[in-house]
Amino acid sequence: MKILVCISSVPDTTSKINFTADKSAFDKTGIQWVINPLDEFALSKAVKLQESQGATVTVVNVGDATTEPVIRKALAIGANDAIRVNTEAKDSFSVAKEIAAVAQNGAYDLIICGKESLDYNGGAVPAMVAQLLNQPFINACVGLDVNGEEISAIREIEGGKETVSVKLPLVIAGQKGLVEEKDLIIPNMRGIMSARTKALNVVEGTNSESKVDSVSFDSVPARAAVKLISADNLDELVRLLHEEAKVI
Amino acid sequence: MAIFVYAENINGIYKKAAFEAIAYAKSIADKAGDSVTAITVNPTDSSDLLYKYGAEKVLNIKDEGLKNFSAKAFAEAVNQVFDGKIIVFPHTTDASSVAPMLAILKNYSLITNVIESPESLSPFQVKRKAFSGKGFMHAKSESEGVIVTVSQNSFGAKENAVSGSEEVKNLTISNDDTKVISHEQSSGQLDLKEAEIVVSAGRGLKGAENWGMVEDLAIVLGAATACSKPVSDIGWRPHSEHVGQTGKAISPNLYVAVGISGAIQHLAGVNSSKTIVVINSDPEAPFFKSADYGVVGDAFQIIPALTEKIKALKGH
Repeated sequence: MKILVCISSVPDTTSKINFTADKSAFDKTGIQWVINPLDEFALSKAVKLQESQGATVTVVNVGDATTEPVIRKALAIGANDAIRVNTEAKDSFSVAKEIAAVAQNGAYDLIICGKESLDYNGGAVPAMVAQLLNQPFINACVGLDVNGEEISAIREIEGGKETVSVKLPLVIAGQKGLVEEKDLIIPNMRGIMSARTKALNVVEGTNSESKVDSVSFDSVPARAAVKLISADNLDELVRLLHEEAKVI
Repeated sequence: MAIFVYAENINGIYKKAAFEAIAYAKSIADKAGDSVTAITVNPTDSSDLLYKYGAEKVLNIKDEGLKNFSAKAFAEAVNQVFDGKIIVFPHTTDASSVAPMLAILKNYSLITNVIESPESLSPFQVKRKAFSGKGFMHAKSESEGVIVTVSQNSFGAKENAVSGSEEVKNLTISNDDTKVISHEQSSGQLDLKEAEIVVSAGRGLKGAENWGMVEDLAIVLGAATACSKPVSDIGWRPHSEHVGQTGKAISPNLYVAVGISGAIQHLAGVNSSKTIVVINSDPEAPFFKSADYGVVGDAFQIIPALTEKIKALKGH
């Protein structure tokens, strides 16, 4: 079984997000980059399948050389090898095209992605890859069992869950639940050492077109100062919510 | 040319996300001097519900093969009946998996998580959420055909009644890839992303056994319940209730946070709430800086008292 895990490199979740003075771009100054947290659930699940199913796990990232430390971390977590598509990630469409090209070359049985990346939050790449490959797609996956060619997947839907059975090949967009937070694999020293010598293959992009242009960015407006209400005067809180905020 | 909208139904029933998407499509149609055409698959609810929000025409896809959801089969179905340049989807689990597949089938651009009516139609430019609630992006389509997904509870399900008509589209798409084994959906429970009011609690509650008072407050407010990341990681509450950067992003009218300190990752997921109330025993909790109203004190005293006062307000 061959598994492809798609990872993106995103600002650490503790990052403050600032934009350049002309608001045309995200200001990367001082940002620590990490594997997109939702992709980490995908990667840890794949590495567990590597152990239980004898699967091989390849990670793919679309980006320039600055993403390599994050790819090395994915190798340290346990991926067998990695592919970096050496091109700028312009939009969901162009990234999906690059990943689909890699997937076609590698003939993977299962592609696992995080549900969305925590930078641009498109949430579109996994389903686009599935359509480009003409494969079924499961969104918001919170549980996955592999039994030969048969896959049983649990997907989160509004107000509930659905368990489906689906055959390989398949594309999955996952989140917490794919593995539990406590089961996320943290690289150990052996993993880190072996990651240095694992193959990180750089392939050139296909120069696929983009379809969406980011024109400008806005920060989140600050709220007015908090109104503190004494714990002995909850009537006042109820009054403010009812009469001032008009939300109850 | 009509502005299209995918009116999602869950087991035949239309939910708020569908109405919001229609209202959004109607706002585009009004700018373009057009009408709204809704596409829906195997509904049991009446199309009258869709006319109320501005859909003049409803294309009702009937297909036995689409009884169960498959993103691929549904994208193919919508592709067969959608012949316009603009289509709006709600940003729900299912609709947000159909939209990107349709974008590939049509070779249209896709802009997800939009929160306002477009700034311009030609070229199509619109404001959307980005950086998990820590910023906004103004995105411009580079192609004439555009698909958007509307972030829930952002635009509002504004009523705009029109007189409408329905057309049945009989299709026979084969959905042989995905079989449903079980489907659990609680009918009573409010969906977190659609809820107008959310009551959320964190580690300050000290244990899963203390959630009763949070649920009581939620019941009197007609609210959904949520929790912080540590609480879902420990297993006090299900993952589906985790709000924050790596969980769900929500935008209710009122967000009440109990015993949550307000880490930047949590704030990212809730800062588009219209009104935020923070209740915390620690006056230094960073969340107070991002709140509209704050109460410093013991949640175990405050929450039951607040519940009684709201009951009184509502005349129970």
